[in-house]
Amino acid sequence: MKSLHLPPWLQATPFALVFALFLVLPLLLVATVSFWQATDYELIPAFTVKNYVDVFNGCANTEELCVTLKTYLSTLKFCVLVWAITLLLGFLVAYFLAFHVQSTSMQTLLFVLCTVPFWTSNVIRMISWVPLLGRNGLVNQGLLGLGVVDSPVEWLLFSDFSVVLAFVHLYTMFMIVPIFNSMKRIDPALIEASRDSGATGWQTVWNVVVPLCRTGIVIGSIFVVTIVMGDFVTIGVMGGQQIASVGKVIQVQTSYLQFPMAAANAVILLATTLMMVWALTRVVDLRREL
Amino acid sequence: MSDSSNKLDTTRRSLIKGAAAAGGAIAFPFVHAQEKITLRYLGTAVNQDKAIAEKFEADTGIKIQYIPVTTDDVTKRAVTAPNSFDLIDTEYFSLKKILPTGNLLGIDTKRIKNADKITPLFTKGEIGGKKVGDQGTAPKKVMYLESPTSKTFSAAPTQFMTLIPTVYNADTLGIRPDLIKRPISSWAELLNPEFKGKSAILNIPSIGIMDAAMVVEAAGLYKYPDKGNMTKKEIDLTIKVLIEAKKNGQFRALWKDFNESVNLMASGEVVIQSMWSPAVTAVRTKGIACTFQPLKEGYRAWAAGFGVPKSVTGRKADAVYEFINWFLDGWAGAYLNRQGYYSAVLETAKAKMEPYEWAYWMEGKAAAKDIKSPNGDLLQKAGGVRDGGSYEERMGGIACWNAIMDENAYMVQKWNEFVAA
Repeated sequence: MKSLHLPPWLQATPFALVFALFLVLPLLLVATVSFWQATDYELIPAFTVKNYVDVFNGCANTEELCVTLKTYLSTLKFCVLVWAITLLLGFLVAYFLAFHVQSTSMQTLLFVLCTVPFWTSNVIRMISWVPLLGRNGLVNQGLLGLGVVDSPVEWLLFSDFSVVLAFVHLYTMFMIVPIFNSMKRIDPALIEASRDSGATGWQTVWNVVVPLCRTGIVIGSIFVVTIVMGDFVTIGVMGGQQIASVGKVIQVQTSYLQFPMAAANAVILLATTLMMVWALTRVVDLRREL
Repeated sequence: MSDSSNKLDTTRRSLIKGAAAAGGAIAFPFVHAQEKITLRYLGTAVNQDKAIAEKFEADTGIKIQYIPVTTDDVTKRAVTAPNSFDLIDTEYFSLKKILPTGNLLGIDTKRIKNADKITPLFTKGEIGGKKVGDQGTAPKKVMYLESPTSKTFSAAPTQFMTLIPTVYNADTLGIRPDLIKRPISSWAELLNPEFKGKSAILNIPSIGIMDAAMVVEAAGLYKYPDKGNMTKKEIDLTIKVLIEAKKNGQFRALWKDFNESVNLMASGEVVIQSMWSPAVTAVRTKGIACTFQPLKEGYRAWAAGFGVPKSVTGRKADAVYEFINWFLDGWAGAYLNRQGYYSAVLETAKAKMEPYEWAYWMEGKAAAKDIKSPNGDLLQKAGGVRDGGSYEERMGGIACWNAIMDENAYMVQKWNEFVAA
């Protein structure tokens, strides 16, 4: 035990410092503030659990769900829907790119094409749905013109539908990239072997490709789940500001200077999201696979 | 000749030398004094007009750097980052949160040339000698301080003002007359099932709840002692009405900023909503019919003003005072009046407006000529009359003012409940 393995420690120091300064410290601050009291204009560093009690205020009521649970359920609903759709779409697109497109240059070209939407800000990409889906929007005009409906379809905009649509539009790419990446690492010989052993196309996908893409799927899922859990802009714009999300609650509270309440909410949100990510990493050991 | 010229030369040379030496001694402050001043102006985007900053710079050489944020964020920055601006443009109702922090200094009215000409609506709460509604945070309640550093308001007028008023207006519902096709005369219409899925309300809790209170009163459900300062029970009642309406599918959307409200109305997603006067103007400049509808229960008023943070001193403070004085001097006032706002000193603004403009905007008379916005858009053809009539009719019809309630925290919590419902 003569050496302390100093070089590896030194190498790790810069990142550890950045990590401590920009992640651990702010998180500790948030956690601390969540136990403070506040007035309209100042924070009072006196310990209280009132903020947490207030967050779950009325949650013992069995007749009607309390705001916090309702908000979490609404956020979780979007999370599951968006996750399932982006996973399916992402997997299909990645599969097409990795296995059906033969030339590498074509693959690159199509891949770049997938990133085109990211060349403009996501707020603009979101807002451009509004004239399309609105009461007097293109879709409704088309439907009315074709005689499919008599009056404009209202649920196209400012609804759960439009929120999910925008999320899928914005975040499918986060699924495509990691899944494509793991597909590219699959040895073609394995697919060949599967086919030679008499597996159908579907069997090959289910028993060979999917298990070998687990890492990509989990990474993509972590991206999508964490983004949707914290989002308030997309849900706000596409939901007509009428749909609750945890992020929105926090945003309203901070804008009214209710920092301790917002911090308590943030801590709960962080815990929930961490649990979800933890559950995802149970599926696959990321460190071993990468 | 040569002698004298030599002599002159020497004197001149020594003079220059002396001047250089003297200059050297004062050079630093002198150069510093010539440096251009830039004032960081914190406020909402609606009030931060490029033309105003350009005109002020042309007149005085002082630059204005706008920091546009939302109403809520103005307060947040005033409380948490008072060094990040030199001049704040905020609403009177926010003062209840900002002033106790001690981040604002009382403005010395002795240094404000037109201070005694500020409309009595602010100083006394009257229009044309008649008292107007003072429910909520009426400016006269938070207008004065005992001393520049005082953290509490003075009930009686003093030498020190919290904010120097800039613009103010009275809000009501905006409607699309072409899609509603019948007269609208009450706040209660906002929750009329006839407009199911076609109405919208403001998602700034402290203002939205006031609109809701106007509706509750108009519908005859309850009469508040003070809509701007509800008890917990009253907040519960108001939110309950909103939640029921939402569950019945009343609202198409909630809106938070100016542009959102314009888009909702212009696209026809919404036909009736609480709205700001310039937003109605903005819809109208797109060639779409939109009315800023006067209602029998009256208006919900708001007022904004300039405040000086305590971190501003010396020449920067002088520049801030110069800006405020310039602002009250007429040009800016006329400019704002032409946008549909009202300016704080009417006399100076009148001097900078054409008589026909003044008659249209302020006296409720039919437009003698086409009325144009400051950037040249046609707002009203000759013969048209301004919504809500004259200044005295509109501002005299104030029912309440935007406010911060004592139960603010509870109200925000309940508002989140409404959004989640």
